[in-house]
Amino acid sequence: MTAVAPAAFQQSNVDYVAILPMLIVASAALVGVLVEAFAPRRRRHVIQVSLAVVGLLAAFAAVVWVAVDPNKVGHKGLTMGFTDGTTNHSVFALAIDGPALFMQGSIVLMGVLGILTMAERFGGVGPDAFTPSGASTPGSASESAAARAGALTSEVFPLTMFAIFGMMIFPTTNDLIGMFVALEVLSLPLYILSGLARRRRLLSQEASLKYFLLGAFSSAFFLFGTALLYGYAGSVYFGDLSKAVATGPLAMNGLLLPGAFLVFVGLLFKVGAVPFHAWTPDVYQGAPTPVTGFMAACTKAAAFGAILRLAYVGLDTARWEWTNAVVIVAILTMVVGSVLSVTQTDMKRLLAYSSIAHAGFILVGVLAFDRKGVGAVLFYLVAYGFSTIAAFGIVSLVRQNGGEATHLSQWAGLGKRYPLTAGAFAFLMLAFAGIPLTSGFVSKFGVFSAAIGTGGATGTTLAVIGVVCSAITVFVYARVIVLMFFSDAPDDAVEVVTPSMATTFSIAIGTLITLALGVLPSSLLDLADRASQFVR
Amino acid sequence: MHTGMGSLAHTVGTYAAGLAAHEGEAHAATGFTAYAWLLVALPLAGATMLLLGGRRTDKFGPVVATALSWAAFVVGAIIFVEMLGRGADSRAQNVTLYEWVTAGTFKLSAGMLVDQLSMVFVLLVTFVGSLIHVYSLGYMEHDPDKRRFFAYLNLFVGAMLLLVLANSYLLLYVGWEGVGLASYLLIGFWNWNPAYATAANKAFVVNRVGDFGLTVALMLMFFHFGAVDFQTVLGKSAALTGANQGFMTAMGLMLLLGACGKSAQFPLQSWLGDAMAGPTPVSALIHAATMVTAGVYLIVRSAPIFEAAPTAQLVVVIVGAITLLFGAIVGCAKDDIKKALAASTMSQIGYMMLAAGLGPVGYAFAIFHLLTHGFFKAGMFLGAGSVMHGMNDKVDMRRFGGLSGAMKITWATFGLGWLAILGVPPFSGYWSKDKIIEAAFIGEGWRPWVFGGAALIGAGITAFYMSRLFFMTFHGKKRWDADDHPHESPRIMTVPMIVLAVGSAFLGLILSWNDMFVSWLEPVTGAEPEGAHPVVPVPLLLTLTLLLVAGGVFLAWMRYWRDDVPVTAPAGSLVTQAARKDLYQDQVNEALLMRPGIHLTRSLVFADSKGVDGAVGGLAALVGGTSSRLRKLQNGFARSYALTMLAGVVAILGALWVIS
Amino acid sequence: MSEPYVPILFMLGLGFAFAALSVFTSLVVGPKRYNRAKLEAYECGIQPSPQAAGGGRIPIKYYLTAMLFIVFDIESVFLYPFAVAFNKLGLFALVEMVLFILTVFVAYAYVWRRGGLDWD
Repeated sequence: MTAVAPAAFQQSNVDYVAILPMLIVASAALVGVLVEAFAPRRRRHVIQVSLAVVGLLAAFAAVVWVAVDPNKVGHKGLTMGFTDGTTNHSVFALAIDGPALFMQGSIVLMGVLGILTMAERFGGVGPDAFTPSGASTPGSASESAAARAGALTSEVFPLTMFAIFGMMIFPTTNDLIGMFVALEVLSLPLYILSGLARRRRLLSQEASLKYFLLGAFSSAFFLFGTALLYGYAGSVYFGDLSKAVATGPLAMNGLLLPGAFLVFVGLLFKVGAVPFHAWTPDVYQGAPTPVTGFMAACTKAAAFGAILRLAYVGLDTARWEWTNAVVIVAILTMVVGSVLSVTQTDMKRLLAYSSIAHAGFILVGVLAFDRKGVGAVLFYLVAYGFSTIAAFGIVSLVRQNGGEATHLSQWAGLGKRYPLTAGAFAFLMLAFAGIPLTSGFVSKFGVFSAAIGTGGATGTTLAVIGVVCSAITVFVYARVIVLMFFSDAPDDAVEVVTPSMATTFSIAIGTLITLALGVLPSSLLDLADRASQFVR
Repeated sequence: MHTGMGSLAHTVGTYAAGLAAHEGEAHAATGFTAYAWLLVALPLAGATMLLLGGRRTDKFGPVVATALSWAAFVVGAIIFVEMLGRGADSRAQNVTLYEWVTAGTFKLSAGMLVDQLSMVFVLLVTFVGSLIHVYSLGYMEHDPDKRRFFAYLNLFVGAMLLLVLANSYLLLYVGWEGVGLASYLLIGFWNWNPAYATAANKAFVVNRVGDFGLTVALMLMFFHFGAVDFQTVLGKSAALTGANQGFMTAMGLMLLLGACGKSAQFPLQSWLGDAMAGPTPVSALIHAATMVTAGVYLIVRSAPIFEAAPTAQLVVVIVGAITLLFGAIVGCAKDDIKKALAASTMSQIGYMMLAAGLGPVGYAFAIFHLLTHGFFKAGMFLGAGSVMHGMNDKVDMRRFGGLSGAMKITWATFGLGWLAILGVPPFSGYWSKDKIIEAAFIGEGWRPWVFGGAALIGAGITAFYMSRLFFMTFHGKKRWDADDHPHESPRIMTVPMIVLAVGSAFLGLILSWNDMFVSWLEPVTGAEPEGAHPVVPVPLLLTLTLLLVAGGVFLAWMRYWRDDVPVTAPAGSLVTQAARKDLYQDQVNEALLMRPGIHLTRSLVFADSKGVDGAVGGLAALVGGTSSRLRKLQNGFARSYALTMLAGVVAILGALWVIS
Repeated sequence: MSEPYVPILFMLGLGFAFAALSVFTSLVVGPKRYNRAKLEAYECGIQPSPQAAGGGRIPIKYYLTAMLFIVFDIESVFLYPFAVAFNKLGLFALVEMVLFILTVFVAYAYVWRRGGLDWD
């Protein structure tokens, strides 16, 4: 054994301006924790909601500020210094580039809508969808004890902010370790949020536990893959990874494919791609509905941002190794997601399978391997995100006996009694189905045509499967519309409760953006297009 | 830097509307034509008002909807008159509404192309549509959901006008989906009857297959031409050389698939018969006169694409020929008056398809036949509705007979439609259908004989089954039930029938005067090539056709007027049995698509052997079956989820290792 | 035997000696008052019952304490290398470290205010 020379520390550089949006969100989350600790009970809700919304809007302003300054875009936000004993290295841990900023901006904005739907109180003291004590039985002594002790449901806001913080790092980080940390930072609050449903508590607890267990399982895959890739390339930084593949062949060649795929597994789990999707319907159904909407929109966006960076920066040179694996996953995801959505009888599960199918469609765009593909994926994520938040927002309003009525049969005849709500929901269904004049059409058209254009024969095959699958899903959405408008309401009819301004705003904005992006998609297409260049 | 999504498009020329080089240049709209958007906006406003207005609009809603439909007709008529005032070369005008998509170099404006072809459709749709609105005021008078019905009718008219007025394939697609939606809603209008809801679903599923074709065609266009507007796509298609044939063929076939779905052409024809579940005015307007002809419109509009892809063009003719015979044979065996008419519609659209596939010799006649057919078939459907109205909503023709005395106006108007579809001179059908038969006999080699022969034989069968329908309903012995008291329908229903009957009688004659219609369309469809003559001399062909028709009528007269018609259907020959079951199309769909799918999924998931029940029809059953079987994998246990993940990883990695 | 491992071995020995000494000292110095509970085979200061309190669940308070411990444990893990390299890292690292500690204290304050430190 030989002695290893003590390593010298190499200083890191932090460009605080470039990472300002993330800092703002993290600080808002921390202040939120303090508010929860010190603010008087009565005011806590208002303070928390305004803190979160203001924090997110400030972060958005910061994103815009960074993005419009050409000196800052393409700027490396944070360098990580290290040394191997002989030479010093400095690598970029966070890459502030077009896709990262685009993703941060959209996650933050969708986060605002998510927060607003979570803030729905229906006249209570705290957010209505949540319980202050997730571990207890509804209405039990321990729950009321928790309430007496000052526990309020307003702590969901700091949790959400932490999740958003993680989601912002996720597509920004430029190395596998950072990506893992971001993955955990965004996941842990979501595990808790999933388990906090006030009603149907057991489902919620089960969802939370399942999400946690399977999330941990997928994290293990991610870490294992990271280890294999480190073994292959001797580094976890995307730039080095890409270089190592390009300058290969190395002795460890066999590690590349399993390493790359296992890392993808960790990320594909988060977007709910088949066969790593099994948690999605259970968790979407069990989690409090506003949380489900938030997860469906923001987590998906963040995870796809990370997938894009991994595919286009870290493992771009190794594309021939792993493409086939992801192609298989994409096909499975589209087919299973759309086929399984046909037999769903619960609205939230239906939307869950729909989200799985959408993940498949987005993967088709990722596999275009071109800037067009990146632009199309970015657009898709935003379009889908806003629609889905609004859709889950509406789901949370349809109630019976105080609880949400999510069984499809309960939605029968809704259109006759609440034409506006049902109309908005029907419109969102059309958007999911990809009918023209909705954002769904433009986004599907974008990813499929990108795949046909630059994906070669594989891309064309994927696009054709995608079109077939979206044809299948149209059937599902049309069934919901028909059910709402053309079936008779059951005797014990559900009601649509009147939401607060915040929720109304959130649903309205989500629906309007769905319409606007269908009728006038140009400006966002253009923005996504300009933001589609990664730095290395 | 502005590449990406935008540069999906290659450079697209500046957008000045109009069509391909060989078709007259379209100009920016002037005068009243600039208000062409009103055509779409008026009916859609009606639909919106009625749907959102709720019960408040129950009283006046239907009347307002009818008025708005007429208003659209008036707008169309003014534009038409204005168009007449211009020279033939400057009639095509483009109405740009707004910039729809601008991303990078890809620009697409939403706009309308008002030219001779779209004008024909505008007038047909608004005129027949409005008449049917009026008729429905009587027909649906006692339906509690009348308001909703009129809202959908308005929605349909608006979407159909959008379809024919669109200046790009993308906007056409919007209208295409819109009419599909309206059709779906109206077929299932009486959805308390499960069979009707099933019919609606079947129509929906089959149409998705067609729409899939249109979507793929749209993407192919986008990639090949970098544009989806008519001007660029058709202009570039016309300028193509043979090198791109494979591509053009693919595009043509995909467009054809779309057309087949919408127009109920072989092999996607199975939904039309079931679609008769909808209220009869709907069958008249959507499933006879207008929507189902959208496929023909698509083919004629895309003429340059098909000109550049002879293989695809040949397939169009083949599909048309098969469908026209198929529909005619099915029509001979149906006892349900509406289903017999539906089979006839299928067959007549087969004629149009065939003509549209023949190229410039056929385009104008395809549209001409479409127009006359729109009148006489809508008239006959309204007649059928009137009969049902008087006969307690019965549809079985074996229970009719001898109605001519009880319903004089219905009998007379239906009779005119009957003469028109038979192609008896001088009624409308003669001027359009016989021209198609003539055109089918033009060409070289085996084609004129096969296609011309099919068209000719089809005419004979048509004469038989339409006469059968007419005689069984209005002549022969009375076979009514005791409680049937047939009576003539109210004025509000008979007037539209009379108007349509007048059209069935004289429209063809008037429009053929001096080749008026054909030369009107010439700037769009291209001139008929000089010196193209049928392989059989025209007078001989005419005689042959009329002889066959007479033979068909005579045969029907013997069997269904002179002889007694049994009240219950006799077993019949094998052909009759097959035709009664729509020539086993559902069984074929099931055998080809559904069964293998079910077996495949069964073996995949080792599930039980219980058959799939409660399924909708071929494709839906396949999907539904697969779905419920796959659902068993979602058993709720976190351990099996984790196992699924692990198995997935192992399987995919294993597969990749095996491959490499 | 490589030279760098000698100090580690020495440290190990030292650690073991400390532990052994503590146990021995308490044995010698501490008062010895026996009662029934203390003579139980599994001794934790609470009377064992056939089933744990709360219907088979272990009270969450234990976890809270354990988690709090881990939080500060991790903090010290970070503090240690920082202290070692303090001179080289300079002001930058000091500021970062203060921020880190503050962040941990936010959590601490939260736990304190929300009653995480009260046993009952």
